[in-house]
Amino acid sequence: MSTRAFGARVQRNIDPQLLRGEGSFVDDIPLAGALHVAFVRSPFARARINAIDISAAAAHPGVAAVYTCDTIGELDREMPLLIPHPSMKDARTQRPLARGDAYYVGQTVAMVVAVDRYTAEDAAALVDVDYDPLDVEIELEKAILDEAPLVHETHPNNVAAHFVQVSGHPDKAIAGAEHVTRVKVRVDRSTAAPMECRAVAATFDRVTGELTVWDGTQAPISVRGGLASILKLDEDKVRVIAPHVGGGFGQKVLLFYPDELLVPYAAMQLGRPVKYIEDRRENFVGSSQERTQIHTIELYAKKTGEVVALRDSFLHDTGAFIPYGIAIAQVASTSIAGPYRIPNIWVEFTAVYTPTVPITPYRGCGRPQACFAIERAMDQLADELGLDRFEIRRRNLIADAEFPVLRDGLLFADGLAVSLDSGQYGKALEMLAERLDVDNFAAEQEKARREGKHLGLGMAFYVEGTGLGPYEGGHIKIHPITGKVYVNTGLTSQGQGHDTVFAQIVADQLGVKVEDVILVEGDTKAFDWGVATFASRAAVVSGNAIHKSALIVRQKTLTAAANMLEADIGDIELRDGAAWVKGTDRAVPLAAIATATNPLRYAFNEAAKAATQFAPASRHDGPALAEGQHPGLEATDYYSPACATWAYGVHGAILEVDPELCSVKVKRYVCIHDCGNMINPMIVEGQVMGGIAQGIGGAMYERIEFDSDGNLVNANFVDFLVPYATEVPQVEILHLETPSPLNPLGVKGVGEAGCIPVGAVIASGVEDALRPFGAGRFHQVPLTPSMIHAALAAA
Amino acid sequence: MNRGTIRPRLPATSIDPKAAVALTVNGEKVSAEVSVRMLLSDFLRHELGLTGTHVGCEHGVCGACTVMIDGVSARSCLTFAVQASGAEVRTIESVAAEDGGLHPLQEAFRDCHALQCGYCTPGMIMNILSNLESDRPMDLSEEGIRDMLSGNLCRCTGYQNIVAAVRQAADAMAAR
Amino acid sequence: MKPPLFEYCAPRTLKDAVAMLAGDPGAMVLAGGQSLIPAMNMRLASPARLVDIQHVDGLKGISIENGRIVVRAMTRHRELELDEAVFRANPLIREAMAHVAHVPIRNRGTVVGSICHADAAAEMPMVLLATGGSVVPEGPRGRREVAAQEFFQFHMTTTREPDEIVVEAHFPVLPEGAGWAFEEFTRRHGDYAIAAVAAIVEPSAGRVSLAACGVASRPVRLEASEQILAGAELTPERIKAAAEAATDAVSAPDDMHATNAYRRHLLSALVRRAVVKAASRAK
Repeated sequence: MSTRAFGARVQRNIDPQLLRGEGSFVDDIPLAGALHVAFVRSPFARARINAIDISAAAAHPGVAAVYTCDTIGELDREMPLLIPHPSMKDARTQRPLARGDAYYVGQTVAMVVAVDRYTAEDAAALVDVDYDPLDVEIELEKAILDEAPLVHETHPNNVAAHFVQVSGHPDKAIAGAEHVTRVKVRVDRSTAAPMECRAVAATFDRVTGELTVWDGTQAPISVRGGLASILKLDEDKVRVIAPHVGGGFGQKVLLFYPDELLVPYAAMQLGRPVKYIEDRRENFVGSSQERTQIHTIELYAKKTGEVVALRDSFLHDTGAFIPYGIAIAQVASTSIAGPYRIPNIWVEFTAVYTPTVPITPYRGCGRPQACFAIERAMDQLADELGLDRFEIRRRNLIADAEFPVLRDGLLFADGLAVSLDSGQYGKALEMLAERLDVDNFAAEQEKARREGKHLGLGMAFYVEGTGLGPYEGGHIKIHPITGKVYVNTGLTSQGQGHDTVFAQIVADQLGVKVEDVILVEGDTKAFDWGVATFASRAAVVSGNAIHKSALIVRQKTLTAAANMLEADIGDIELRDGAAWVKGTDRAVPLAAIATATNPLRYAFNEAAKAATQFAPASRHDGPALAEGQHPGLEATDYYSPACATWAYGVHGAILEVDPELCSVKVKRYVCIHDCGNMINPMIVEGQVMGGIAQGIGGAMYERIEFDSDGNLVNANFVDFLVPYATEVPQVEILHLETPSPLNPLGVKGVGEAGCIPVGAVIASGVEDALRPFGAGRFHQVPLTPSMIHAALAAA
Repeated sequence: MNRGTIRPRLPATSIDPKAAVALTVNGEKVSAEVSVRMLLSDFLRHELGLTGTHVGCEHGVCGACTVMIDGVSARSCLTFAVQASGAEVRTIESVAAEDGGLHPLQEAFRDCHALQCGYCTPGMIMNILSNLESDRPMDLSEEGIRDMLSGNLCRCTGYQNIVAAVRQAADAMAAR
Repeated sequence: MKPPLFEYCAPRTLKDAVAMLAGDPGAMVLAGGQSLIPAMNMRLASPARLVDIQHVDGLKGISIENGRIVVRAMTRHRELELDEAVFRANPLIREAMAHVAHVPIRNRGTVVGSICHADAAAEMPMVLLATGGSVVPEGPRGRREVAAQEFFQFHMTTTREPDEIVVEAHFPVLPEGAGWAFEEFTRRHGDYAIAAVAAIVEPSAGRVSLAACGVASRPVRLEASEQILAGAELTPERIKAAAEAATDAVSAPDDMHATNAYRRHLLSALVRRAVVKAASRAK
């Protein structure tokens, strides 16, 4: 391999399989005789459950079992709190099946197992539950009032957590400020809506005692550990596989969804494979959501525009339960100062229980809300001081020489102080200004207005802490027969192309083709140390772990090859699937080296025959394996980041608002982003474009709607408007590559980046377009035609 | 479970009343007795094992289940298997060559990184293919392609690379 | 989201079909299924019996006779959309059809099915109303013709009797020299209309026909606007007045996609645009 794979636009290994329709998603796994699950779900947002009569359902032909909280043994318990934090008292988590009370519409109350899903749904309708509905308050700002009905009796004012963080000396700085800008903003609730809904299938082999679970999860290792603990099985007897997974975006990492426990339990009870294939409606009412936050942010500035202090107080809707702790609110609060120097920060949040679908991170995880707050405030500050929106940012962006910038006192989701490690923020801003030809935009805008068209320019900057710990691992083995390289790691892919980017990392070290590196992940039998895919961490954490392992295997390969070729190790190079003596045609294939390093004496294949043509791979006396020596070319290593590494970017758009239709058309969308060294720019761009499309959804289309009784009234794709190709703009992407100083590959995460600033960009642009109408400010997303109409009508 | 526990006696499949269906799937004649309410998507996936057709919403909005019925694109989740009796159905499994060689449209998807998780991809491909194979000329403007793709949701790619793939595939097929 | 169980009937003759429909009070007609099957998958509809009319003789195809486009019950949207004779006879239909969901849905869904489903925001019922068309239900008591104006009662409710099958819809041919336009706004391409307007301008008759959907509990004729424009020169002022008068037709309450106030504003804009465009196409 003369060219480097790292950094190249390499096509994805996985694609041909997926393109031919040969993927293996959970519901594609053939399980003969499988039984199918349907749930009985609460139709009330808050209710007492007086009685559950399953008799008609249980007697329905084709029904194997109907479970309630009384018949699930050990599983009848509150599920784990994933991330405890002192700001929460008595944090509430959900039970697999409701006991006594129901807390949101869609909560699982009973589980029917039947011969097929059709029959299971028939029977679920026959379960008779006697409810006493209770009063509810859905609106976040009202839920904290004294008179609001409580979600949990244990939590007055529905407060789940309250937390204040301070960096610097905000009081002192505020006292000396010359100007204050105050903005109240709201980002509404959305959902990940992965194209494949969640799915769990399980089979229990009662002869071997092995439980196998296929779970469309982002965290199979954790699911395995939890299942073994709760079901009291030997960990080694439980195998959890996340096969192909059709998108996750954060929604598929929760320990546990009720089905993740109940399906394996039913498979063990019934002695038949059991499947739960979540449908779209269930994904809306039963799988977690994110976003609603209401921020009141104040920027304290000098007349020059230099912001000396920031105060932000926000409400965070956590839904009926808080299984993930305060992670989202914490990420929002620690990202609140964005890319700006702002040395003094006071940020407070109150996490509020509402009787709605529980909240866990969805792509962005608090960052879109924080970005919307600070960026809308920055725009307003600029206006109030008579400055241009680019200029206010120029005056506040962290300069290249100032890195690292420590925000002492703000603890990020990894429990460590925020430290912005590297970047070229100023350059990114200028790139955007140049690309959008900002200097000439005012004239263009004026010209368009004379022709009756209303153009606006929107922009927003974002930062993103990525690559959180604690750790991931990488295992690499060169196969002795084929010479192909097998790589394992503990996390999972939901479409990010791990099998290709990790292969690129390995290919360079071992001199093999990217397509000859085969990644197996998401299977606890293949590798069972690690955490999960979330928080834009796979490339950073697993990527570096795999890189470290590859270096060890490289060294082992070079050593063995030098022995076999009777050459100096410094003269060996790895390329084209073989080790070569530099400048000669003498080479030994990797397969032969891998075979020779395994002191097994059977020569049963070509690689073994080839190996005999060379000197021994190891030079030592005594037993076949020297003390401390391992057979084969194989290594496992781990990477544990010291702290998050911070990516960033700035987006801008030119859009046109039609005041008659109150519609918004994005005419140009430009993204400047920096995720450090790019392993595969094609995949990076794919992540960014996909993120922006989700951001467009959040900015203009996607809003989960609850009525005042807590019914989720748009639990379908007809009314929850995931954008089609017709709604998503063409995106121009410009890269900056500032290597992360924190890890060997110099990479930063990119998974969530795209979606973060889009809401702020659109609101900024609409505001700009409608300025001549005196339409005021846009401080809420999604920004809908009705909101534009209301703003114009009020002007 | 205790190894001595007797398993519940249950049929292996649906106990619904059945109807006979006979149709052509990917050029092969298929006849079966199916529940009258079985959706074509479930019939293809679970009766015939053609799991390349995916199910994303079961109410016709996402397009993941798109197949061709009698030469035109259709939602297999909004069609009962019994309605397809007598029809010719084509699924994603018929698109690549026998030896697995990719169709120009599939090649274009790979070249352009037009898929990520791959869940929407078979439905996208079948929708686009029905247009590429149609006698009606395709509108290959940016707007025209996006209009054609509208009706298939993708949550990963942001569509831009799919637009590029359509353009590449149309060029490749025109050149053949 | 799997449909409930039903009895499936696949008659070959209309007589049998009507008998099967009449034979069970819970029976429903299955044509393209593009509205019925999603409702069944969501278990919002649970017909005891489905009478699949796709194999019934005489229910396929389109003909143009006596100044009417006769669309038979099994005619798919896409068939009507692509039919060149239909396009020449009444181009409003193709213009509206581009807004009906997406091609894969139009490939299966039937025009008459959509008209019978009678969603208040659907395009085809509104076009039938705008053109002054009619439907032909046939039941045990025989065949009758019902004007669109009388057919649509309420959202998803028509004057079709439960034992009747609508065998044809009749769209009048566009009068010679008439101009047409279809204007719709949706938040997302292919969705049901937030509001849509069809306009037919007949200069020779001094008549302007206007209908809207998405704004009330059924498709509506914008009679107040029609009266303002009748027999008069279509000056910008007059069109503006007609557009403003249309807002009174909006009875839809605030919903998740639009406030009532926004719908009024939107309808007014769409009426203006539709009339201007239709007038520009009139000869």
